[in-house]
Amino acid sequence: MTQHASDHGTSHGEGIHPAVGHVVPLPTLFAVLGALLALTVVTVGASYFNFGRFGVWIALAIAVVKASLVVLVFMHLKYDKPFNAIIFIVSLALVALFISIALTDTRQYEPNTIPGYAPSIKTNPS
Amino acid sequence: MSQHTTTAAPPHEHPPHLRHHFETLTQQFDAGKLGIWLFLATEILLFGGLFCAYAIYRANHPEIFLYAHQFLDKTLGATNTVILLCSSLTMAWAVRASQLGQRKLLVALLAATLAGGGGFMCIKYVEYKAKFAHGLLPGTHFHPHEEGEEHAATAAAPPVAKPAPPVSGPALEVSRIPAAAAGPAGTVPNREPGESEGLGKRPSNAQIFFGIYFLMTGLHGIHVLVGMFAIGWILIRSARGDFGPGYFTPVDFVGLYWHLVDLIWIFLFPLLYLVK
Repeated sequence: MTQHASDHGTSHGEGIHPAVGHVVPLPTLFAVLGALLALTVVTVGASYFNFGRFGVWIALAIAVVKASLVVLVFMHLKYDKPFNAIIFIVSLALVALFISIALTDTRQYEPNTIPGYAPSIKTNPS
Repeated sequence: MSQHTTTAAPPHEHPPHLRHHFETLTQQFDAGKLGIWLFLATEILLFGGLFCAYAIYRANHPEIFLYAHQFLDKTLGATNTVILLCSSLTMAWAVRASQLGQRKLLVALLAATLAGGGGFMCIKYVEYKAKFAHGLLPGTHFHPHEEGEEHAATAAAPPVAKPAPPVSGPALEVSRIPAAAAGPAGTVPNREPGESEGLGKRPSNAQIFFGIYFLMTGLHGIHVLVGMFAIGWILIRSARGDFGPGYFTPVDFVGLYWHLVDLIWIFLFPLLYLVK
């Protein structure tokens, strides 16, 4: 336990602990936490302003930055084999595909998509 | 990556935790990580379905989200976010401690992580209790107490299943989602008078928001509970001294799961609590 001075060592071949894996330095961990907390403050603060239709995209952009920090450092993806990142990114891409196609589909039912063809909403009281 | 034994210290000559069907510790470690990442991918897809439901309902009924999210407590939500982020740090630190063989620190950090999960669930309990007390329940159970009961009656009434009108298909769809014509997500002007500070007029079908809210935060809460059980398990094992530089895989994998739970909350918080 006395010879882990080289925290930045690669995951193998140095004869130091641990046998496998990457040890993330403490300053990095705390820097990430600081960034995450700061971004939380930013996203809460931004919610008090009215950005109109961009509000949700601003919130999502901040969330993506926060999630990236967690994934890359806390979850070691930055130091992992790239194949794990491929699995992760593919799952995100599939979710994005799923949501975007479903959204595209639901937009098709807007009554004004085809003017004069689909009945106006006011004719369908509910 | 497979040459770790060539320069390793004598304890690595016959790693006690290397299963016989793996060539090297690195291979064993990478295989395990691959497995846990595949599991995390399925978790992302599971929550992806709920995020899809969120996206569709928000796109079709933005006024419901603008109205109903005011019932969520931003302060409690932000507090929970901070708690989860801090517990993510202690978890990542715990992985580091197990890698370096710092046993006491590892136990303390796992306990702190567990406490963070407990704090999160306590705050969630307070939030849910307030929602239950105010009748803000999903579906037909939706009957808000705070304002006009007559509204509650109409809002709670399940939509009448009309027979399909003898017109085109889109007409039926329009009648199902009356607010769809309002516009894409976030573009609806404030149609309710005096909405800025007061809660404003309740749109019809406001219970949709609470259905999505309870399903998303409920599933997430179950994940937090599962994560807490897993952390409790490795907490006992680490107190027993099972983990060290040669073997920290369970700590690492439970940590990955815990971070995923944090990851999902990072998206849930702004989407549910910070609609505007």
